[in-house]
Amino acid sequence: MLTPDRMLAMIPISSIQRAAEELMAKAAIEIPEDYLAGLRRCADTEKGDLSSFVIKAMLENYEAAKEDRRAMCGDTGLPRWYVKIGNEARVEGGPVALEAALRRATARATTSVPLRPNRVHPLWRTDHNNNVGIGAPEIEYAFHPDADWIELTTVHKGGLFGTDYRMLFPGDGIEGIKRFYLDTLIGFGKRGLACQPAIVGIGLGGSKDTSMVLGKQASCLRVVGSRNPDPRIAALEEEFKELGNSIGMGAMGFVGSSMVIDCHIEVGYCHTGGMPMSVHMFCLSSRRACARIAADGKAAFRTDPMWFTDYMRRATVEWGRQAAEAAE
Amino acid sequence: MPDLKTIHLSLPARTEDLRNLEIGSVAYLTGRLFTAREGAYKHAIEDGAGMPAGKDALGTANFHCSPAASVNPDGSYTVGAVTATASFRFAKWLDGWFKMSGCNVIIGKGGMTSATYRQFFVPNNAVYLTTVGYGTGALLGRGIKRVAGVHWLEELGLAQAVWVLDVEKFGPFLVESDLSGQSLFERENAKIAPGLDKLYAGTKPATMRRYGETDDKTEEVI
Repeated sequence: MLTPDRMLAMIPISSIQRAAEELMAKAAIEIPEDYLAGLRRCADTEKGDLSSFVIKAMLENYEAAKEDRRAMCGDTGLPRWYVKIGNEARVEGGPVALEAALRRATARATTSVPLRPNRVHPLWRTDHNNNVGIGAPEIEYAFHPDADWIELTTVHKGGLFGTDYRMLFPGDGIEGIKRFYLDTLIGFGKRGLACQPAIVGIGLGGSKDTSMVLGKQASCLRVVGSRNPDPRIAALEEEFKELGNSIGMGAMGFVGSSMVIDCHIEVGYCHTGGMPMSVHMFCLSSRRACARIAADGKAAFRTDPMWFTDYMRRATVEWGRQAAEAAE
Repeated sequence: MPDLKTIHLSLPARTEDLRNLEIGSVAYLTGRLFTAREGAYKHAIEDGAGMPAGKDALGTANFHCSPAASVNPDGSYTVGAVTATASFRFAKWLDGWFKMSGCNVIIGKGGMTSATYRQFFVPNNAVYLTTVGYGTGALLGRGIKRVAGVHWLEELGLAQAVWVLDVEKFGPFLVESDLSGQSLFERENAKIAPGLDKLYAGTKPATMRRYGETDDKTEEVI
């Protein structure tokens, strides 16, 4: 339980904006340690000479980015925000001020890093040169019980290739899932359009849009080496990682084995007649950075968003659990 | 592991220098090049604007990208990283583009098809260099020594403008197509293709098909 004085603490909006600007730069410049370690493991086993050359060049590129404090990739992708709010957290100015701060931080970092201003109107191609516009950047929200902090994560994921969605049906089964997974990896893997090796996220179930959201979050918000808590899904993650790396394709679609750094699967309950599926590939510039901002405004930076918690997955049926507890 | 052959190429490139390029070699560039992607292609060709400047000012190497750059209050530019965009989308403008720009080096992401090379590149003595990764944005940013000019900044915005860049040991790139129109990516695809069928063993097409779908895994989607 939080004490009454802590419940009154208000997170200063200036702390949020400062942390958000810092996150934009960190995501763009510093490759997360978990991805880097995974890529080094790929490099150790890669036998294709062209694919090896590509990975070596990328490892040098990460060093150059950190040394020069310049973005690791010139294509900023689509910068966006994931916000997790502690149930007891209070933000100065409320959620409206929070959104304004994140939009301002995105615009300011676009000039200060600099990042490429990628965001344009889909029809009129209007560009404000700051990665902000109608519905951009996306801001997604989640909550956490018994906490008075707020967590910000920014992800800069490429915006054109490596993602697909398909409505499968229960009769398609695991083999159908496998087939669509291979289709996506091979289709976007050729010529390296997906900028692999990648963290592949698979969204299974939910509504159609939920399936896309789950898959995207699985690729961008879980760290390399993490496993789904359901042991059978965790086994599928391992199997699909191996399958992706046995296509015969490596970095840039050259002959090799470096396709999948890791595979993450997230699920949601779906329509009884369907099995929607999405596949997402978080690339050689897997840009994510996270900060927890405490009630006193202090920010602690990290690269693991810790997005998927038991609470996030809503694994339990709440009233059932409470009834069971009451019975004890 | 054998080291890949590495070549340093001066820009503008002479045809005799391009003749030495073999697909799969590593290339570094020194000299002048300019960026142009879909906005610039469309503006030059479909809108009838023509090239924003002459060959002497732009050079004859076209990079399918735009840099992560900002305009400073004093009018100078800060250029950070630079990464290519996928080139296959520009094939439809190439005929007019080669005639108008006089380019003989095209740089981008992922190349085009060998049919496109034979149809448009070979008659113009042009080669295609692909960026690596993708992309080595920071390494390429290091290789930019000077912004020699920016065109169509107002008309197209920072991300679609034509940036004229003076570069030194700019790279790495891989030679994707040579003067005869061969494609490195297609060579690699052909090596990978025979192993694909066994991956799919035991699976069957999805219950609900989609228009335009192919089950020939040797085909590309570009």
